[in-house]
Amino acid sequence: MTSLLAVLIDGSIYASWLFLVAAGLTVIYGVMRILNMAHGSFYAIGAYSAASLVGWYFNNGIGPAWISYLLLVGAALVAGLIVGVIIERGLLRLMYGRDEILMVIITYALLLILEDTMKIVWGVNPYFAYQPYSELGRTSLGLLKVSNYDLSLVGVSAVIGLVLWGLLERTNTGKVLRAVIHDREIAVAMGVNVRLMFTITFVIGTILGALAGALTAPAISVVPGIGIEVIVLAFAVVVIGGLGSIGGAAVGALLVGLSRAAAVHYAPEFELFVIYGVMSLVLAFRPEGLFGRTLARKI
Amino acid sequence: MKNNKTTFSKYLVSGVAALALTAGLASGASAAENGKFRIGIVTFLSGPAAGPFGVPSANAAKVLVEALNKGELPAPYNKIGINGAEIEAVIIDEAGGATKQVEEYRNLVQRQKVDAVIGYVSSGDCLAVAPVAEELKTFTIAYDCGTSRLFVENSDAKYMFRTGLDASVDNIGAVRYLAATRPDVTRLSGIQQNYSWGQDSWADFTAAAAKLLPESEIVEEQFPKIYQGQYGAEISALSVKRPEIVHSSFWGGDMEALVLQANARGLLEDATGLLTCGEASLATYKDQAPNGMIIGARGPFGAFAPENELNTWFKGVYNAAYDLDPVYPATKMAQAILGLKFAAENAGLADKEIPTADQLAAGLKGASFPSVSGTVEMARGNGHQAMQGISYGEYHYEDGKASIVNSVSFSGECVTPPEGVSAADWIAQGFPGAQCN
Repeated sequence: MTSLLAVLIDGSIYASWLFLVAAGLTVIYGVMRILNMAHGSFYAIGAYSAASLVGWYFNNGIGPAWISYLLLVGAALVAGLIVGVIIERGLLRLMYGRDEILMVIITYALLLILEDTMKIVWGVNPYFAYQPYSELGRTSLGLLKVSNYDLSLVGVSAVIGLVLWGLLERTNTGKVLRAVIHDREIAVAMGVNVRLMFTITFVIGTILGALAGALTAPAISVVPGIGIEVIVLAFAVVVIGGLGSIGGAAVGALLVGLSRAAAVHYAPEFELFVIYGVMSLVLAFRPEGLFGRTLARKI
Repeated sequence: MKNNKTTFSKYLVSGVAALALTAGLASGASAAENGKFRIGIVTFLSGPAAGPFGVPSANAAKVLVEALNKGELPAPYNKIGINGAEIEAVIIDEAGGATKQVEEYRNLVQRQKVDAVIGYVSSGDCLAVAPVAEELKTFTIAYDCGTSRLFVENSDAKYMFRTGLDASVDNIGAVRYLAATRPDVTRLSGIQQNYSWGQDSWADFTAAAAKLLPESEIVEEQFPKIYQGQYGAEISALSVKRPEIVHSSFWGGDMEALVLQANARGLLEDATGLLTCGEASLATYKDQAPNGMIIGARGPFGAFAPENELNTWFKGVYNAAYDLDPVYPATKMAQAILGLKFAAENAGLADKEIPTADQLAAGLKGASFPSVSGTVEMARGNGHQAMQGISYGEYHYEDGKASIVNSVSFSGECVTPPEGVSAADWIAQGFPGAQCN
């Protein structure tokens, strides 16, 4: 019984983290049709920015702990905004209209450049921002003790998912974005500034990637290479859910999170395999993913 | 016109040949010809292993080479450079995998004409480079990699040496520490990175525990992917089995993340953590690791290095240069360089004479040399593998300062299999011939 409870809790926490990581990737693909390999670097930049800022805040004993949570989010917003605008305006804008495969190669090159840039900026030593993680304490559920910070990630993830849904479904900008998703040429003909929509989308995707990194930073040692590791998982999640689908990313994350937690508790030897096992199974029956569509795509 | 073309082609071919010959001669100029001793230093300068291992090792190499060239080391290493010849260090990145490292090794030897190579954190790189060192007849010291297979697969090695310890020593030492300090523990668990390092470490630990802690049982084992970073489910799986000891051979960012998350969730309060590589992050845990967590340094290195003149000097220069105490990878790099210097200066050469690879190998084989970690006996692997003791202790953090308390050391003869016996066999037979103080 304890193990079953642990699977549900661990699975939900891991799923919320996966959704945070995958949301930006699927938003960018949904609107721009760019399979962004550099998304892992946005995650790492968010983690480094947050760890640097929060580390500086606590090392200087400036103020109360709750401000550090605002700093985590603030660091991600600023880092994501700056990096997103520079990359979209300075690089991707010159490449629009090219083949999707070429865009994969371009963003992969970008990932390599950003990985080395991060080493120049932050070096190779680890960064820590553990205070926000430990400050929230933990909750005891029988033999199981769960970090409140981890539990709060489930709520944060749900809020981000709802905000994204609201943005797309309940705002004028969202309507325009959906028009671009359904038919870019018709949208242009109707007077939509598609390039501006691309910039907005890419910056939102970058901020989401950076936010995932920033919110993860307190629980990990921020070291070179963390972005490379998450991009593989993020791809698995969005492929399961269907490329470009926010709802798909959420369901994909939940499926992977719960499957992995069950494997860890009941069959640890299959833990490495289970994520890709789920992905293979889904793709065998639905090659476009659970919520993917072959023609009209929706996010 | 045809004649002109032929003549031009001849000139072109001759020119290219001349250029190639010149280039060949230039690249063929050995370090010995400029009177310097050139050492290739290979360690991780990028990737996740750079922070915990590569950078401290490269930093140690830099301060040591600089001091050696000024003749600033304490005796018996106070002669300038290597046998009086100035040292020229070529530091390269170990990242990229074994195939790349073999290419890099060939490049170091054949194009950069290094006189010796010191390097390799990764066991895969050590195993790949060892036969190439023999093929190219180049004196090479593996300073950190721990694979037990190094001198099993290269039993007739002539030029390959290792001044660090075999990884089986880490886990035999860990179990001996538990048997000495916590003989009543019965519920053991482990979490290891899912690759050969983690699997071999856990196999050695569980086999040794079966012999030295016969009442104990393994209640849980987890093998998450390397660099996973998030261990929520694994920590839950361990917690619900109520272990007394959580053994881990994690290193670097994975280890720091595990400690951070397991401590926040109370696992390291309910059970005692045992980290075989724990010393490398001594300065970074702060109050996020509980007092009493057992840590090791893969030998008498880093914070476990004994007080002696060499170590005091080394800690002083390292601290002055980087404002940090040297962690175990730094000590191991210093040990390898001192081993090389000892080998060169034991070869009976004239002052400033550059030793050959054969002379270096003869100087180190089976030798006993003083180091920052005490005396190193090249007493295993047919005289090519170092044998030293190992220490474990408990992490203690107080008043903003981390230290190690309740340290226990075990002699080399207590934790190292006899010559010619594999670690697995020695453990399975119940450690015959072990001499424990």
